[in-house]
Amino acid sequence: MEEGVVNEILQGPLRDVFDTKQLITDISGSGNNWAVGHKVFGSLYQDQILEKFRKSAEHCDCLQCFFIIHSMGGGTGSGLGTFLLKVLEDEFPEVYRFVTSIYPSGEDDVITSPYNSILAMKELNEHADCVLPIDNQSLFDIISKIDLMVNSGKLGTTVKPKSLVTSSSGALKKRHKKPFDAMNNIVANLLLNLTSSARFEGSLNMDLNEISMNLVPFPQLHHLVSSLTPLYTLTDVNIPPRRLDQMFSDAFSKDHQLLRADPKHSLYLACALMVRGNVQISDLRRNIERLKPSLQFVSWNQEGWKTSLCSVPPVGHSHSLLALANNTCVKPTFMELKERFMRLYKKKAHLHHYLQVEGMEESCFTEAVSSLSALIQEYDQLDATKNMPVQDLPRLSIAM
Amino acid sequence: MSIVTVQLGQCGNQIGFEVFDALLSDSHSSQGLCSMRENEAYQASCKERFFSEEENGVPIARAVLVDMEPKVINQTLSKAAQSGQWKYGQHACFCQKQGSGNNWAYGYSVHGPRHEESIMNIIRKEVEKCDSFSGFFIIMSMAGGTGSGLGAFVTQNLEDQYSNSLKMNQIIWPYGTGEVIVQNYNSILTLSHLYRSSDALLLHENDAIHKICAKLMNIKQISFSDINQVLAHQLGSVFQPTYSAESSFHYRRNPLGDLMEHLVPHPEFKMLSVRNIPHMSENSLAYTTFTWAGLLKHLRQMLISNAKMEEGIDRHVRPPLSGLPPRSKMSLNKDLHFNTSIANLVILRGKDVQSADVEGFKDPALYTSWLKPVNAFNVWKTQRAFSKYEKSAVLVSNSQFLVKPLDMIVGKAWNMFASKAYIHQYTKFGIEEEDFLDSFTSLEQVVASYCNL
Repeated sequence: MEEGVVNEILQGPLRDVFDTKQLITDISGSGNNWAVGHKVFGSLYQDQILEKFRKSAEHCDCLQCFFIIHSMGGGTGSGLGTFLLKVLEDEFPEVYRFVTSIYPSGEDDVITSPYNSILAMKELNEHADCVLPIDNQSLFDIISKIDLMVNSGKLGTTVKPKSLVTSSSGALKKRHKKPFDAMNNIVANLLLNLTSSARFEGSLNMDLNEISMNLVPFPQLHHLVSSLTPLYTLTDVNIPPRRLDQMFSDAFSKDHQLLRADPKHSLYLACALMVRGNVQISDLRRNIERLKPSLQFVSWNQEGWKTSLCSVPPVGHSHSLLALANNTCVKPTFMELKERFMRLYKKKAHLHHYLQVEGMEESCFTEAVSSLSALIQEYDQLDATKNMPVQDLPRLSIAM
Repeated sequence: MSIVTVQLGQCGNQIGFEVFDALLSDSHSSQGLCSMRENEAYQASCKERFFSEEENGVPIARAVLVDMEPKVINQTLSKAAQSGQWKYGQHACFCQKQGSGNNWAYGYSVHGPRHEESIMNIIRKEVEKCDSFSGFFIIMSMAGGTGSGLGAFVTQNLEDQYSNSLKMNQIIWPYGTGEVIVQNYNSILTLSHLYRSSDALLLHENDAIHKICAKLMNIKQISFSDINQVLAHQLGSVFQPTYSAESSFHYRRNPLGDLMEHLVPHPEFKMLSVRNIPHMSENSLAYTTFTWAGLLKHLRQMLISNAKMEEGIDRHVRPPLSGLPPRSKMSLNKDLHFNTSIANLVILRGKDVQSADVEGFKDPALYTSWLKPVNAFNVWKTQRAFSKYEKSAVLVSNSQFLVKPLDMIVGKAWNMFASKAYIHQYTKFGIEEEDFLDSFTSLEQVVASYCNL
């Protein structure tokens, strides 16, 4: 809802990729206010937005899903973004809605981000099919790790520049690097790997609708923690199978996650492994058997693995792996967010900025918090089953 | 008589390609170990069953390819054309863009009715091309969305529209872990529906074939292509032409009918398995010789002890001695020790086949008490060798071998169903909890029937 970022894109090297008729901008921005984004700009631009969606959809032979990419802490992305979810759900009920959300880190500079995030979360819970939460701190940690590796100057460990998960294609070297570029590139790679099986051939394909089908056992529990490997490739071309197995182990290490969380010590509801490159089914099975004992799966989904094999690896790599986990480890993130929210809300700090927007009332806030509390409780209930022995339920008995 | 193959979903299409390839390359093989006239008769029979002729002589597979997304079919078509030996018919495919999302309900309730007419049209055209039509061979997996859901729908339709023709479904049993999370749901829905509408279910387990690749073929990095080739080899050794009777001179004309007649005497028992020996890598083949006695002894022990390949067979399992009181009902809690059969068919191909002695398979102890071996056991012998193996034996068996895996899948699906996980994905498209309960009931029935043999 302000022009600066969009204008920059239109002047940059990808200007021809975007259709200028499909852009909507305003002047003043949303002032980091979810209410302004959601209620004010929502109603203002609803018709325009709907029309542009319809136009885009008409170009498609077969529309499968929408990707919504936004942050939770601001005003436009968070407010207007979640407004759009409802519009899409009404207009295109059969089309999946995948949301990539950047959650605010502990030390972010927007004071009202807890309000914005929690108000947005309620919408996500109700109208998104699948949410991939990401936080800036994790992205930053990944970059630091890569920088360390590149600059460490260890003998014999030169890194292929194109292969950095943070680098954009080598052809665009001249572009002036901006601070968040490297971090955003990681998210871009996530989306690339997510869609790779739909774009390229493979021996075991996985479309986007399969992600939702397999990883969302109950409609509310649709938050997936993602982790990406490898982060870089050494110039050593011969990769023995040990390195391949290392890739699988890395995917389950905290260093490669795009969200600060601890899935290994929490409960898995489901897990998807999307592999690209020259990896075969036996490699996949070997590694699943190897990693299974150290991970805890919920009792009714002990073999909750979904796998896909795509033959084409990403640029600069011979193979890669994206792991998506539906795991109760997202609970602490949500609880922390709720705490930050309550600290502000108890003092009614900054509340007037929201309440002065037409359509906003205190009930919006209380409903949002109870929606989040209910979600946390569902995760709690699942966690409680964690260390219980798996019981076989009595089966149907048949009269012979 | 000709067989029309329907390939459904990624699995069905990938396997279908390997099957036709295997059939044709065996047919062209120069190591038939028989006279030229013999070989020509074999080739002609194989061609008639599975291929139709085009003007320029390139055989066209009698197949219909169905998938809900285009990538796999395109690949399959081009691989066949590239081989130069055969290809698929130009108009024999039906394809959509969006896939089934691993959702049985979507395949069955949405894609099925929506595309019923187009798919049945293509099938009808293929059937009309046959001078004399034997039946359908439907290749699908149980774990996904298209093969399983749409496959069940299409089979039901075939039952309605071609009630006089036979249908055999080739179903892939998924790996125990790590393919699709909702595979147990998809499997029980598929099996319960197919039990009603199909005439025979030929089941192959990915886990078993994977072991064959690893232990017997010594493949280090096993790909799906390797697995599908082993599968195609097994199917080829069943479906390639065989002689009608002990000393007749022409090949059987009705492959599906003959198989069904011998193997499915009772509609409650439709699950068939295939065991094929020997199985080894080409390198090892050059250094090994076989005797019929040796092969048949292994095969019989594999049948009794429920082994899936010729390594690691439990030699201590023995059939009960006749004259003892009938065994108590098989308990699922203990290891299955003795595999009781309803019907067995042994197909022998190769050198000196007439000398092979199959008396071991006629032991009444192998069979359930209400069938005599003379009815339950059959053997087909063919001089012409199959695919580089000087002697090969294949056992198609209707026995208790799949009871444990079936029971396991039903158990896991039941546990998941109790927590209601993923059910909303199915009810969204019209498959309700009652449908699930119906499926569970039918399959518990099947398990109980087999256990009581």
